[in-house]
Formats: sequence, structure tokens, C-alpha cells
Amino acid sequence: MSETLSRVPIIDGWFTDDIDAPTLIGAKCSQCGTFVFPPRSSDCPNPNCDSITLDPTPLSRFGRIWSYTENCYAPPLPYVAAEPYEPYALAAVELAAEGLVVLGRVATGIRAVDLKVGMEMQLELDVSHRDADHEYMVYVWAPATPGSEAAQ
Amino acid sequence: MSNDRDIAILGVGMHPWGKWGHDFTEYGMVAARAALADAQVQWKDIQYVAGADTIRNGYPGFVAGATFAQKLGWNGARVSSSYAACASGAMALDSARAQILAGFCDVALVIGADTTPKGFFAPVGGGDRKHDPDWQRFHVLGATNPVYFALFARRRMDMYGATAEDFAQVKVKNSRHGLNNPNARFRKENVIADVLNSPIVSDPLRLLDICATSDGAAAMVVCSMDFARKHLGNTDGLCRVKAVGTVAPTYPQSVLELPDIASDSTAVVPAPARKWKDTIAFAAYEQAGIGPEDVDLAEVYDLSTALELDWYEHIGLCAEGEAEGLLRSGVTTLGGRVPVNASGGLACFGEAIPAQAISQVCELVWQLRGQATGRQVEGARVGITANQGLFGHGSSVIVAR
Repeated sequence: MSETLSRVPIIDGWFTDDIDAPTLIGAKCSQCGTFVFPPRSSDCPNPNCDSITLDPTPLSRFGRIWSYTENCYAPPLPYVAAEPYEPYALAAVELAAEGLVVLGRVATGIRAVDLKVGMEMQLELDVSHRDADHEYMVYVWAPATPGSEAAQ
Repeated sequence: MSNDRDIAILGVGMHPWGKWGHDFTEYGMVAARAALADAQVQWKDIQYVAGADTIRNGYPGFVAGATFAQKLGWNGARVSSSYAACASGAMALDSARAQILAGFCDVALVIGADTTPKGFFAPVGGGDRKHDPDWQRFHVLGATNPVYFALFARRRMDMYGATAEDFAQVKVKNSRHGLNNPNARFRKENVIADVLNSPIVSDPLRLLDICATSDGAAAMVVCSMDFARKHLGNTDGLCRVKAVGTVAPTYPQSVLELPDIASDSTAVVPAPARKWKDTIAFAAYEQAGIGPEDVDLAEVYDLSTALELDWYEHIGLCAEGEAEGLLRSGVTTLGGRVPVNASGGLACFGEAIPAQAISQVCELVWQLRGQATGRQVEGARVGITANQGLFGHGSSVIVAR
């Protein structure tokens, strides 16, 4: 069925569509080097920097859980909840190189009981929801694969 | 305790919190008239109306100052309308205070009222608002407000060994505090098991860990010390606003705060030594020339039980990681050294956004005057409020007599 659906990101420009090794797309200041997520093309947030230009940059695929939770009830619109609703986890993951903590859904099937603060996570893509013509993809955090860059 | 930047609180008033779905201005009128009566000031003599906005009640809510002035009967007073999410009431007070201290007016009405929908708060505005971070966090992540409360709660468990029972104990304490508060919506004593048996909403937080959304209204009449002297003959024993700390973060905001999708980056500029929520009350302490050790009671924003514990640390009642110990020792319970949320807090009120920060100040005034029947903090002279509005609006008010 999904063969007939066109696969599109749930939001434009936040992550790459490389299904095997996706990355978040952040922004980096061309002058001071600070990072921003979600990405934007202008206005460095560092008050000590007057740069107007921010460049797109891939962010680390791996990080550690800063904190996490699980939505036991369906969030309201504009979240598109599956019916019947299945609880899912969210994790805020700390990316060491960028000094960012990024909130994301956790991969389907991984629940809060499976998570711990400090746990190594990696970025993956998952289906958020479908409509008649599209399969909407979203970035998710998943426990890092043993032997991956993060687990070393 | 006085300085040349004090203003006086002449009167306070509230409409009880509840869930009726009436026009929010009806509640506001009850609170305004109660505050005016308490102050013994005529509406026609009010020179400035500082409204705290509600964004869920259409245009009248966006221009709350004018809406209330019109409903009370246009009296020629100037108006302002402030929106700073949960901090809106403190921002309205800050506005009135600045007008008074600048000498632009002598006496002002500060007012906020709300009518709230049922269930989770969702983004305001509707439609596909792809550039609105509030829309983004719901659509891309399903990150409701309780998601953020839960992230902070989980941190306390992991970092400091907090337990579900500790969180439940905050609810138990506040439910007892609010039992006799005539303005509280929930006046039922809860025990630990009530909380632990309520359904999990956002793990690890349960339904009774998370505050409800409520209808309600609060108002106060504030004035210059000169006006108070003329009005009352003297200023003895009058409650004074000593400080209003409306502090935004300093870059980088290294903590993931509601409603952000990511923190600021600490790659180039290191995180400040004192993080944002620690700076809110400390800005107020600095203005007032006092410290946490001088405070007799605090009203803090217990959006969740676990967030009340965070506030103990942010307002300096104890060091980071020690809030559970402080709670267990009884220091923050009525009868303890610094009762927190003697009113019952959001646990007993639920949140009526634009009224909430004003209601915190109302409670301090009743406590400092010795009028908090059934929940009185004996001998209270100095109180502090603290809360956090979305998108970087801090608020902390210090009242002393």
C-alpha cells in the first residue's frame, strides 16, 4: 500500500531523507560558529555576534538522553494521532559537539520504560502518519545501535 | 522596610476559580469591584488600567485593559494590555508600577481574567502555521505542555532521586493548604494513594500531578506612597510591592524550556553560571535588597508537583537537588519555616493564565495582613511569588509590610 504513497517530510528542511543514516539539519553561524535548531537562514542568536547569515549544517546523528517522557494520551491537533491511539515516548537528546538539546519523538515501539537519562541515542526516520496520497516522515530518536559511532 | 521605589497595594480581589465557561469579563468585573471595595477607591478615580490579556477569548481578550475599562464604564483612564503567557499578570503589574514610579499616574487597577477550554491547551490561531514554533511543537512532536513538565520531573528523579511519592506529597500538602480557601476550585484533601492511583498523563506525571485549566479572575488596586498617605492618613502596615522581576534568559538558554524544540547552543558561548529560572527571583531579591532567608512564604507556579520542587531551588530556599529533603522536612508546609503555596497553589486552583500571577500577589497581601483564614502563615511580613511565562517571560513579585 505504501508503494503508492509519496514519501514527504512532516516539515520541510529539518532533516535529510537518507533513510539509513538521516541527520537533522541545523544552522551554523558563518561568523561565530554557534548552532541553531530548528534551522533558519538568518540572524545569529548569539548577542555578541552581529552576523546576519546562518548556513545549513548537518547535526550529529548521535547524542545522550537529557530527559524523556511518554504521551499516554493523544496530543491535540495539529498533532495527527493514529486511531486507535498508541502511546509513544519523546526524548530530549544532548548533542555534544553542537551543545544543543533537541526534543524528538522516540521510534515506534520504544517506550519510556526502555529509556534512561544518559542513554546513547541515534537519529532515525519513522512514519508519522499517512493520508490518501502521502506518507509523512518524521525524525525520531532510537537507542544507538551497538558498535555505532556513539557506542564507542 | 521602605525605599523610594515602593508602591502600595491598597486593595485586592478575586472571582473564585472554577469551570463554568462564562464570558471572562463577568469574572473580571467581580474581581475588579472586590479590589476597588477593598481599597475604598472609586472606579472613577482610577487613572490607569493595566489588563493582563487572554488569547483564547477573541479580540476582547487581546485588549484586556480596554475591555475591562469599557465594562466598568469608560472613565477617561489610560489603558494598557499585556501578554506574557503565565507571566501576563506580573507584566501588567510591572506596567502599572512603572507608570506610578515615573509619576505618570497615582493609582491604577491591575486586572486579569480567563475562560479556558477543556483538555490540553493547543496552539492558538488554527490552520497550518508552519513557521509558528507553537504549531511546530504540536504537529511535529506532539509536545504538549505536560510533556515539558514531565521532562523536568524525570530529571529530578534521575539526578536527585526524587520519587513518585515525593511528587504526590506536593499535591497532598497543597490540597490541605487550599481546603479552606474560598477562592480555590478544588477543595478536597488528597492522600498519596489518590495521586499514585490517578492515570499517567505524561510519564512520570499523573493526572493529579498536573494542574487543571480554570476560569477565574484577580485584580488589585496599586498606588504611589503619596496617594496612599493622602487616602489613608498614613501608610502604617500597608502592603508594598518591593520588587517585580520580569527577567528574560541570557544567551545561551541551555535548558530546554517550554515551548522550545531545542535549547540554545553552548558550543561557542558557555551556559551562564546562573540559569534563567534561577535569575527570576534573584532579580527580585536584588531590587528589594533582601535574600531568600528573609522570606516568610512563597507562592510558586506548581504547573506540576515536580515543578514546585524545582522552584524551591530557583528561589533559593535550598540548594539544587535538595528540594525533596526540604519538602519531607516540612519546611514548606503550613507551620513550617517557609510555607510554599499556602493558598493551595495551582493544585487547588488550576491555571487561569492572565489572572494567576495577580492571584499569587493577592494571596501574599491576605497573608501579610493576617486575613488568610484557615491557611494563615503566622506573623508573615515578606512574601515572594515566582512563575514562568512561555517564550522567556519570568515573573517574580516581592511584597512586604
